[in-house]
Amino acid sequence: MSPSVALQEMIRAIRSARTQCEERGVIQRECAAIRAQFRQADNGGRSHNLAKLLYVHMLGYPAHFGQMECVRMIASPHYSEKRVGYLGAMMLLDEKQDASLLITNSIKNDLSHSNQYVQSLALCTLACMGSAEMCRDLAPEIDRLLRGTNSYIKKKAALCAVHIVRKVQDLGELFAPAARSLLSEKNHGVLYGAVVLITELCAWNPETLELFRKTVPDLVQIMKGLVISGYSPEHDVAGVSDPFLQVRILRLLRILGRNNEAASDAMNDLLAQVATNTDSTKTVGNAVLYETVLTVLDIKSESGLRILAVNILGRFLLNNDRNIRYIAMTCLQKIVGTDHNAVQRHRGTIVDCLKDQDASVKRRALELSLALVSASNIRSMMKELLLFLSSCPPDLRAEAGSGIFNAAERYAPSQRWHIDTILHVLTTAGGDMRDETVPNLIQLITNASELHCYTVHKLYRALLTDISQQPLVQVACWCIGEYGDLLLRGECQETEPVQVTEDDVLDALETVLQSHMSSPATRAFALTATMKLSTRITDNVDRIRSIVSIYGSCIDVELQQRAVEYNALFKKYDHMRAAVLERMPVIERNSPGHTNGVSVGEAVKEIQPAEVKQGLLQQNANQVCDLLDLLGGSEEPVQPSLAQSSTAPGMSVNTASTAGGDLLDLLGGLEPTPHAPAPTLTAYEKHGVTLTLSCEKQSDSGLTVTLTASNSTDSDISSFTLQAAVPKSVQLHMKAPSGDSLPARGTAKVTQMVVVNNPNKVKLKMRLRISYTRQGSAFQDTVQIDSFPEVSTAGH
Amino acid sequence: QHVFMLFRQGKLRLQKWYVPLSDKERKKISRDLVQTILARKPKMCSFLEWRDLKIVYKRYASLYFCCAVEDQDNELITLEIIHRYVELLDKYFGSVCELDIIFNFEKAYFILDEFLLGGEAQETSKKNVLKAIEQADLLQEEAEAPRSVLEEIGLT
Repeated sequence: MSPSVALQEMIRAIRSARTQCEERGVIQRECAAIRAQFRQADNGGRSHNLAKLLYVHMLGYPAHFGQMECVRMIASPHYSEKRVGYLGAMMLLDEKQDASLLITNSIKNDLSHSNQYVQSLALCTLACMGSAEMCRDLAPEIDRLLRGTNSYIKKKAALCAVHIVRKVQDLGELFAPAARSLLSEKNHGVLYGAVVLITELCAWNPETLELFRKTVPDLVQIMKGLVISGYSPEHDVAGVSDPFLQVRILRLLRILGRNNEAASDAMNDLLAQVATNTDSTKTVGNAVLYETVLTVLDIKSESGLRILAVNILGRFLLNNDRNIRYIAMTCLQKIVGTDHNAVQRHRGTIVDCLKDQDASVKRRALELSLALVSASNIRSMMKELLLFLSSCPPDLRAEAGSGIFNAAERYAPSQRWHIDTILHVLTTAGGDMRDETVPNLIQLITNASELHCYTVHKLYRALLTDISQQPLVQVACWCIGEYGDLLLRGECQETEPVQVTEDDVLDALETVLQSHMSSPATRAFALTATMKLSTRITDNVDRIRSIVSIYGSCIDVELQQRAVEYNALFKKYDHMRAAVLERMPVIERNSPGHTNGVSVGEAVKEIQPAEVKQGLLQQNANQVCDLLDLLGGSEEPVQPSLAQSSTAPGMSVNTASTAGGDLLDLLGGLEPTPHAPAPTLTAYEKHGVTLTLSCEKQSDSGLTVTLTASNSTDSDISSFTLQAAVPKSVQLHMKAPSGDSLPARGTAKVTQMVVVNNPNKVKLKMRLRISYTRQGSAFQDTVQIDSFPEVSTAGH
Repeated sequence: QHVFMLFRQGKLRLQKWYVPLSDKERKKISRDLVQTILARKPKMCSFLEWRDLKIVYKRYASLYFCCAVEDQDNELITLEIIHRYVELLDKYFGSVCELDIIFNFEKAYFILDEFLLGGEAQETSKKNVLKAIEQADLLQEEAEAPRSVLEEIGLT
């Protein structure tokens, strides 16, 4: 194998160039020389020139003028030129280039060449970059080669067929019979190719899958041969005979055994054998074990086998090799839903992995830990998770924080613990939390009426130490505003008493108001809190008046508006001030314990009254507009504040506007009421399967659609899945369905929530694809929903 | 799988793409991937998630070998595939070093093409792969050798 001198010279010249500029100069010269030589009709050094060009291309320089040369060289009778020509084709041409079509004929000729190495070049190129048309043209050729006798070619043809099937799924039927017969080959290479081909065929076509289920015994036989039989030096890797083939066969068995009892039964023994006999000290062994575990967990295996699989994963978790631990956690994540108890046993190890240095491992450990939190281990898990939060990388913070909140919501052993936890999170990572944590926390606090004193003390102290975390500051301001009198009273059973004077409190609020770190929303909170204190404290009302009037000329429109309103409250409506600024009522909310998907929808509806207030506070333009609309589109600035403050029930506000009467009625409706059943629409009704949908509007652009499916036929339906598509500017988020089987005669239903966000207010349409299996055959149907039922804003 | 790459500190030594992408896209993806992998610390896990693919990489001396595989692929066996390729190079070049791969890059590609086809492994026996390469090389030498008299008169 004499390397081309000219090529080596050129490479040396390029490498010795010291600067980018010098290198470019060398390359330009070389390219010019190459181009000149390409133009010359026939010379001996063609392959070397093309090789030079390919090197240049690899460095990143343009080389498209070599495409035609590639085509010419592929057609040349000389092997060396063909070899480089095909290499060039794979590197420079891809199916998007027009020149690729020109080589189709050459490939066709070479596929029937007498020399197998030429054939293999053609096969390789086709498998690497064959376009759909090329594949269609050459598929019969490939089939012919599959049925030939040359093992070397057969194995390549099989993989080429895989590529063809990926490009043009219909051609799968062409290759199915040939693939079947290939399974009886002895040559490992051909077997491997055959298994990959069958896997691919089964992936695209469920009927082919049925057909190949019959091959399960053969596959089991082959595996047994591999695992038990003697040592074959050719295929052995560190004591495992042909791990590549083993892994592939296991993967195929997984696909064949999924959802099929009979096939799964046939595999049980084999899987147990592989799991116990494979040596797991080296990576190869672990690779095979991993694939075995994946297969066991995916098919309908017996419980003993599943426990074995989970134990193997447990062993992986204790392995020193980080890769193995990562893999184990990925796998456990998949089964934590179904085999929850088994995974719980390994909770300790998983929590330890939270402290690992590697970011990928940390992420996996976080996801898994959040999934493992339950009522019994909540305290210890939370301690670990909070520790993790203080030291975790910034991109994981938001995820960790929201996970902690969800967990706390579901399993909080006591309200005080819950509040403490949330406060802890806010102090550590408040900046990364989502916006809805603030209203959620406020709602939680109002619910825990006996803890008001404790809470406000804690928050006050937190406020004194640090005012940079916006959510924390917002909650603290709100609480101080509401419960300032408790703070000033000074004593509290649950924390050490501290003397707080009115001046201290007002100082704290003023600091927040004036600090450059406070966002506009936070300032709004602080201003309102200051105002509320005017009724709770006795001495410094004048100070409050002066603070409020200063902001009457603030640049920020929201603050100015509030300040002006509050001033008005002082001047004209002083007699109403006490009533207006009364304590907020306790906000009803759904009991925790729902899955997050479901409760989000409902909890948001219930706290709508609070959200109306919070919406105003957080400058949520949408909700403010809603409210103003409710008030009849009145322009007067006095309206919103009265609306905000009159949520105190049973209060008669003598407003200056004629909309006052309407106001009360509307606000009466704002109190939490059991919401009217949302309008429903029957979206689909065929073959006994009925799908209804109901919509609830969450916000100006958000909508929650609940899809309910029921089955009125006499036979059960399984693997019921829904897929949805919406127009481009709309965002769609599907929550997990309640199940995937519909028993006969409508005894149980399946519901699935879909959250839709329509910021551009386009006409909402949804296309649903329904697929299910009934009596052993798969059904699929599509339905388009063009008109959604008119919905009213929740709580209205 | 989608792509197989070798690189060292920012210089790509070999790249094989199994999905159709334009040149510009390929450059962008390679740059992105290379940067992500170079940013990893030495003791870290060999697997990472990138866009919607899984990346498996391994470092041999100063060279990084990296594969982008799909979700259902087994990462551990991909590590083995990378290792097998390195072994093949080693056997072929006799104690391979980076310079070998630079100066004989087309040979490195040929070996890769004998081992992987269309993104999947085609031959699980090291011996067979090396034998095939040997034969193909012989064929190439014969082709390059001065043509024999018989050929000239058209008998071969």
